[in-house]
Amino acid sequence: MTTSPTAIPPDQPDQPGEPDRPDARDREPVVAMTGITVTFPGVKALDGVDLRLFPGEVHALMGENGAGKSTLIKALTGVYAVDAGTIVVDGTARTFAGPAQAQAAGISTVYQEVNLCDNLSVAENVMLGHEVRRAGLVDFRGTRRAAREHLRALNLDIDPASTLSSHSLAVQQLVAICRAMVVDARVLILDEPTSSLDVDEVERLFAVVRDLRGRGVAILFVSHFLEQVYAISDRMTVLRNGTLVGEYRTADLPRVELVQKMIGRSLEVLEQLEEAPKRVAAERGVQPYVQALGLGRKGSIEPFDLDVYPGEVVGLAGLLGSGRTELARLLYGADRSDVGELRVEGQPTRLRTPRAALARRIVYSSESRKTEGIIGDLTVRENIVLGLQAERGWLRRIPQRKADEVVAQYVEQLGIRPADPDAIAGNLSGGNQQKVLLARWLATQPRLLLLDEPTRGIDVGAKAEIQRLVAELAEQGMAVVFISAELEEVLRLSHRIAVMRDRRKIGELVNGDDVTTDDVVDLIASGGQDA
Amino acid sequence: MATDQLTPTRSSGTAAPAPRTRWRIDARYQPVLGTVVVLAVMLAVGGSRYENFLTGRVMANVLINNSFLVVLAVGMTFVILTGGIDLSVGAVVALSGCISAWMFTHGWSAGITIPVCVLVGTLVGLVVGVMVHVFEIQPFIATLAAMFLARGLCYLVAPESIPITDPTIVKLSQTRWGTDDGLVITPSGVIALAVVAIAFVVLHYTRFGRTVYAIGGSEQSARLMGLPVARTKVLVYVISGTCAGLGGLLFAIFSRSGYSLTGVGMELDAIAAVVIGGTLLTGGSGFVLGSVLGVAVLGLIQTIITFQGTLSSWWTKIVIGALLLVFVVLQRLLVLRRR
Repeated sequence: MTTSPTAIPPDQPDQPGEPDRPDARDREPVVAMTGITVTFPGVKALDGVDLRLFPGEVHALMGENGAGKSTLIKALTGVYAVDAGTIVVDGTARTFAGPAQAQAAGISTVYQEVNLCDNLSVAENVMLGHEVRRAGLVDFRGTRRAAREHLRALNLDIDPASTLSSHSLAVQQLVAICRAMVVDARVLILDEPTSSLDVDEVERLFAVVRDLRGRGVAILFVSHFLEQVYAISDRMTVLRNGTLVGEYRTADLPRVELVQKMIGRSLEVLEQLEEAPKRVAAERGVQPYVQALGLGRKGSIEPFDLDVYPGEVVGLAGLLGSGRTELARLLYGADRSDVGELRVEGQPTRLRTPRAALARRIVYSSESRKTEGIIGDLTVRENIVLGLQAERGWLRRIPQRKADEVVAQYVEQLGIRPADPDAIAGNLSGGNQQKVLLARWLATQPRLLLLDEPTRGIDVGAKAEIQRLVAELAEQGMAVVFISAELEEVLRLSHRIAVMRDRRKIGELVNGDDVTTDDVVDLIASGGQDA
Repeated sequence: MATDQLTPTRSSGTAAPAPRTRWRIDARYQPVLGTVVVLAVMLAVGGSRYENFLTGRVMANVLINNSFLVVLAVGMTFVILTGGIDLSVGAVVALSGCISAWMFTHGWSAGITIPVCVLVGTLVGLVVGVMVHVFEIQPFIATLAAMFLARGLCYLVAPESIPITDPTIVKLSQTRWGTDDGLVITPSGVIALAVVAIAFVVLHYTRFGRTVYAIGGSEQSARLMGLPVARTKVLVYVISGTCAGLGGLLFAIFSRSGYSLTGVGMELDAIAAVVIGGTLLTGGSGFVLGSVLGVAVLGLIQTIITFQGTLSSWWTKIVIGALLLVFVVLQRLLVLRRR
């Protein structure tokens, strides 16, 4: 409110003693994490990451999903043990055994999903564990009064006696921050606090955050929303794949550069792969297979329009968490839309369940192959016929011979290796599991195929095969929505690209030879305003 | 007595932070209000159909005959408020009674026997609490195991019914204070009321009590808020176990014997009383005084059926079953509407 997003000075003017030293506050970080390494079985979740938090500063922690932001926060608050590296709080090396200890040291966390008790009153939620007591017994009147004071200190006008569940998520979020401040937090961690808030609610939250910053609290702000990060933060640390990319002053780092740092450009390997399959311009004039008109779901994705024509690959580009999966889930009926209309072959349709989508020949291959796709304990054959069986209804058994035929056809067509229908699916490589998953859906002969990250975590060769397959399917007239974090891949395959950001569809590009990844990155960074 | 119970419920309304400015009743009190309505209807029906129903004697008897159930229901309230369940209390009542009878026949004095049989319950509760918390075993299974264990131990201690002739117990069972017109109270009744009073204060006016509610609301949140979740979760089972031990003592005083088949299904009566008293089985919402009302409802059903005279006592179960169903469905509707 007081500071405009673009005009954050390199140094806060509220430190009159050292106005001209750009790095004045760098001398005394309240939290300094150095060389933090956290390993989970088989994975290095964090590798030598540094993070410094300064009093009176909002520090944004940036990175895609899986970059290690949450792990870093949990390492700081003692949820995860640190394998290497030091955490220095107020000049002393500390290791916390859990959130309670971190809290006692002045480090409070407000989580994405509000962690309060909605069966209790606002006052109790703010004061729980710190109630005002008289003669050992809780003094409710005094507790309410204290809660009211704490709420007032943050300029929040919330009735402390009201039940928490009677308030919106945004207000609950503010109550959670208020609770964090009751323990005199000097470090406040906000983990995706805005993900389910609307614009006004975010502004209200930011007013509180700026107020706390003015009082010398160090704030660590995690968000996917670039706009918000630039509006509120003074400094940022960028992570990618569990490693530190760098620490920057927000004012010094243009958005395009930030996006590039978050995505990384190490994916050129694929560029050398076989020449991209020829893009056939989609037949216009025909009816789109699906048409979304202002389709949206509160807290999940803002209303969007999207047409997908038969024989066309529509790529969804955007950072992880930008709403790509949410969009696909609406088209598949895995989530129900609350506004807008979906038309399938021109017919207004409400998809209440995936089964309804399946009946309209729309299938969705999930991004989490292991948990929402492949059933690892079953054989390749069983995994492939699952979709077909679901479509037929569970009571109508698929004749063995037909099942064998279908399985043999797809094992051969997709080049699933080993070419043994009785192999246990869980033992296959990621790429082959993905092909099994594809086979399952292709066996149901879909008209629209929603592919969510079909190439994630599989080797380059398998990736190329799947890309080729997608292109072929489209050529045969299937409508495909292709979601991938790799822009190069989206560009190579798609006829059109819908660009997503902050759970909004911000633009659409018709793909051509002159369209480059930079165009997409620019669009993401600019938020679609000048594209 | 019934009108006495209505007042404390209201006072619990002012005790917890309730909005007074709003015209509608706070959602948290709606289930208890249901219980009050049921109770009022039962009193009205009983009073209009039978003479001598709305008398001090009848009401006093409801309390006296159910004093052990009151104590059990209070302990059960703590557990259910955290979202748990305690199936062991009926068997612990029997175990506590059997041990007291055995100790009396072997010459132990009441001064030692009484604390021991209460502490037996505490110990069982502690074991259950540790199983639930440290080993993260479902409360249902942990307390089921404790139930079988306690019941089995009963046979070890007392294969047959052992009469209790200890003078202290006999005196406790025969003492009656009160007026000649029947408004009397026994030591057991006094103990039960004392337990209710203590539990009320602990649950509503201590940090421990508020933590119980917080855990019932969301255990994950309570943990992240830095509340002592571990200690509290173990303690609620210790409290329930202790109440069961005390309930065993009260039942021993009531029946003046220790018998291994005592209290079969009594844990279910206690759970029924708590649920009818307006406590949500999912935890986080409910009141000790509600559970007392629940016991009163169960006791009154029995009394009405006794007054009726021609109905089999099994009708008690049928009515309780029907009532329980209605209450659970109502609770569910309330929860759904709140969303």
